Amino acid sequence: MPTRLREGDGAPVPGFGISSIPSRQPGEHNGLLFSAFLCASASLRESKKGKISARTGIFVLFGFGVPGHNDRASGGAEVHVGILNAMIPIHYVVQRVCRETRDTFTIELAPSSTEESIAAFEPGQFNMLYSFGIGEVPVSISGDPAESGCLVHTIRAVGPVTQALCDVTRGDTLGVRGPFGTAWPVSGAVGGDALIVAGGLGLAPLRPALYGLMRNRSAYGRIALIYGARSPEDLLYRREIEKWRSHLDLQIEVTVDGGRGEWRGHVGVVTTLIGRLVFDPARTTALVCGPEVMMRFTVLELLKQGLSEDRVFLSLERNMKCGMGLCGHCQLGPFLVCRDGPILTYSALRRWMDRREA
Amino acid sequence: MSALEQDLGALPFFAGLEPVYLRLIAECASPACYDPGESIFQQGGQADRFYIVGEGRVALEIFSSDRGILTIQTLASREVVGASWLFPPYIWQYDARALEFTRLLAFNAVCLRAACDQDHDLGYDLMKRFARLMVERLNAARFQLLDVYANPASGR
Repeated sequence: MPTRLREGDGAPVPGFGISSIPSRQPGEHNGLLFSAFLCASASLRESKKGKISARTGIFVLFGFGVPGHNDRASGGAEVHVGILNAMIPIHYVVQRVCRETRDTFTIELAPSSTEESIAAFEPGQFNMLYSFGIGEVPVSISGDPAESGCLVHTIRAVGPVTQALCDVTRGDTLGVRGPFGTAWPVSGAVGGDALIVAGGLGLAPLRPALYGLMRNRSAYGRIALIYGARSPEDLLYRREIEKWRSHLDLQIEVTVDGGRGEWRGHVGVVTTLIGRLVFDPARTTALVCGPEVMMRFTVLELLKQGLSEDRVFLSLERNMKCGMGLCGHCQLGPFLVCRDGPILTYSALRRWMDRREA
Repeated sequence: MSALEQDLGALPFFAGLEPVYLRLIAECASPACYDPGESIFQQGGQADRFYIVGEGRVALEIFSSDRGILTIQTLASREVVGASWLFPPYIWQYDARALEFTRLLAFNAVCLRAACDQDHDLGYDLMKRFARLMVERLNAARFQLLDVYANPASGR
């Protein structure tokens, strides 16, 4: 799930860290829960951990899990507090801003206080980033999970919130909630080959997985990354890709949809490179992230090469709001993508991949 | 079976082809080498060959008066270069250029077309292989045209 392309279409809701109150709910109970949550959250904000409104009991009945925030809540009534606290952004300060392309930036964040930070993340998870006064969007974490204390996000300016996030400078403060969602099966790929296929900004959420694979290199067979971009100017992490290419035990293939001038690399879509790689389909785990059309073509090619549907993992992008499966904005068939995804197997998604988001 | 026939049989494009046809195709093949930047064929030229890349990379290019030389696709080891030899008027539609030192197997199209006309089983088999290749490349070209990585906000 790369930086979200869709942003909230409503006005910011002061104090709740979301870009808008949902105007449509896929299920009535979700709407009630969400409304109840808003009231309870407001109550909690005033009383902090001391008093829990009776309304928060609803969450226990429905058994919601609490991602992250392990430092705040554990068990029993504390779960309520955890859910509510998970909706309150933690302040992070911008440490560094790096321009990747004309519209894409990587920012590094550190907690504003030593007392409060989000929990450790796994490759593929995302945070909700809040630009105060403008709104909140889900953004994949693109840094190294082993490097604690610093959060790295790669963001493309596609709307008012992401534009504001791209415009930050060192010292600015942002709100962060998370980490949310499922992770790439880095340990699940042990013993076999690992094939990463990234398209465009899809490299951002895959980079932590590659770090994980490289850190435990001897546990895997072949490791390959195929990365497709629009043009040479649109390539992310260019210097780092050049470093990866110097590793003799990694196969790194980069292709662009259109190349001219000095570009001497591959030209063509990512799928054309899959057949050129040598890997054992029966023992290969594929991690795929990019625009859904790109993922659809990629899956077809991977299946043609003999990979199993349950070894192909995709990162989905949907209109996420709460990040915890409460509001239902990101529902896709039986999945709430923010909670059950964003990473799911193709075997789970096959029926739903072509379902259009309303 | 000669070494060349064995090599051809090991290529994905010719996988499963009858040995007798491999021999016939091998008789139409000759090696060719190109230095980096060297032209392999040019748009408008006579399409009297097709190629399979042994080593190196080949760029398919087209010239646009306002945008200069545009690379449409690059082809690498074990991939086929050229399909214009199949149908009249047997004219190349693009330029092909070696991006690095490149070894190719060049197949004489006149020889192959005559063999296909004489033996329709060979012609049908070869045509199926090229039809599949062309559909794959058509799909890739359509995917490329979708411009899926464009920023929706900028409308580019």
